[in-house]
Amino acid sequence: MSNPVLVTSRLSKHFGGVTATDDVSITVNKFETHAVIGPNGAGKTTLVSQISGSLKPDGGKVFFNGRDITSMSVNRRALAGLARSFQITSLVMSMTVLDNVALAVQARSGHSFKFWKPARNIASIRQPAMQILETVGLAERADHKVSSLSHGERRQVEIAVALATDPDLLLLDEPMAGMGATESAAMVKLLKNLGKEKSILLVEHDMDAVFALADRISVLVYGRIIATGTPDEIRKDEAVLHAYLGEN
Amino acid sequence: MSKPSSSAIITAIILLALAIIPVTASLTGQGFYLDLATRLVCLAIAAVSLNLILGIGGMASFGHAVFIGIGAYAVGIASYHATYGDFDLVATYSGLFQITLAVVLSALFALITGAISLRTKGVHFIMITMAFGQMMYYFFVSLDTYGGDDGLTIDVRSQFPLISFDNPLQLYLVSYVVLLISIFTVWKLANSRFGMVLKGAKANEDRMRAIGYNTYIYRLVAYVIAGAMCGLSGALLGNFTTFISPAMIDWTRSGELMFMVILGGAGTIIGPVIGAVIFVVVEHFLPIIMNLIKPGSGLYWHLPFGIILILAVLFARGGLMGLMSRGGDDE
Repeated sequence: MSNPVLVTSRLSKHFGGVTATDDVSITVNKFETHAVIGPNGAGKTTLVSQISGSLKPDGGKVFFNGRDITSMSVNRRALAGLARSFQITSLVMSMTVLDNVALAVQARSGHSFKFWKPARNIASIRQPAMQILETVGLAERADHKVSSLSHGERRQVEIAVALATDPDLLLLDEPMAGMGATESAAMVKLLKNLGKEKSILLVEHDMDAVFALADRISVLVYGRIIATGTPDEIRKDEAVLHAYLGEN
Repeated sequence: MSKPSSSAIITAIILLALAIIPVTASLTGQGFYLDLATRLVCLAIAAVSLNLILGIGGMASFGHAVFIGIGAYAVGIASYHATYGDFDLVATYSGLFQITLAVVLSALFALITGAISLRTKGVHFIMITMAFGQMMYYFFVSLDTYGGDDGLTIDVRSQFPLISFDNPLQLYLVSYVVLLISIFTVWKLANSRFGMVLKGAKANEDRMRAIGYNTYIYRLVAYVIAGAMCGLSGALLGNFTTFISPAMIDWTRSGELMFMVILGGAGTIIGPVIGAVIFVVVEHFLPIIMNLIKPGSGLYWHLPFGIILILAVLFARGGLMGLMSRGGDDE
């Protein structure tokens, strides 16, 4: 079990005088769900962006499956097996649900300099995409445009698209953001199932969800990790109680 | 699939009209309308090629007319040297060679300028493509051998076995077939895996990169294809006008191409052709109508033309195709 998929080593990022992440070192082991919690402005999304590659860290390194990927581009990281979902839903709104997922399947089936065959007729792309929609429970919405879906459904498509790249690590940036209680519960159930066969780094605000899903939790406050441990350890941690949970 | 969509019907009507009307006009001695149609079809090819990057790929190039110029000059310069000697490397009347030259040079120019321009986005991309266009404009102005500012007359048109570009009807039919092939190509591209990546990158580049696409390289390839296709239209246009000048690639020409694509419906397959039809027809008939109303006022036809454009952008989002076929994109 102690086979790390992701290791960040002393990541830091400053925006002007503001320190967004400071010396952040975390690991995600194989098939582990590691949650990062912290108050607003703690640097959670900055951390996700540095791991996914859209922000270059000022210091520190990111290792993925044992490789140093610190200077790798976003798209090469994705092909290497690192998939992210966005805190603010980021999909191709004008396309159907199935098209969105199919694009992600297509991304991992070699280059797309294929100019002739209609993309929507290619079974080796459409079928796996459809299967993923069944996994996340969106099969009957396959042919709807994303723009016509509810917020909760769009969040599910986010997960489906990330899953469709067949990643070794899912980097989920607040998957429950803006969801109602029922939608949240469905998402927790989905992520619980995924967690059995995927390594997940979960950044989330929803405490119930985090404690239900995480194998380990790291607490980020003002850009620093103040504690890492199992949910039980975190619940009892003095520093955490003081800095974070106590405020709720 | 069982019932043809409204956009398919409109496409069929437009393409049939372009096949029948000019040919009929030519056979009944109305050669002028054939000329108008030839110019229209050449510009339509350019607009269709711009649509690949602007409408489908979301790259608002404001320098697309440069490829018309490169294509036309490739024909003109080759033909010039075949007549007056020198520059043996390109001196030939062979249409096959001239058109290949036009396409290859356009693709090369697109590759180099695209590689630089596509590093930028939004307004910067618009400005840098325009700057490259103007750069070529002044380059051609500086070519004294080929007439500089005054332009160059093509004394001998491209020569082909079996067909003659000196015959207006044959030149029209060839241009028309090239238009059909261009439309078909862009349609195939738009629905291919390549096209899905382009459309995805247009709508949400971050997402496309996050699932593993190097969006830059796909855009660059689209840019090169569009440039090559537009170069071909320039080679045909040069053969039609038999006169080429830097004015062909002035930024206002690029603006007109954008106008055609946006008015007709960016991202739709037939939209740019409709835009080209409207542009050429209005450009020709508006001054005539205005002169009928008030003699001399036809000189100012750009004013009502501009108003039409503003209205089209304000009220026909998605262009005329968007108005005519609500909901159905690019099938």
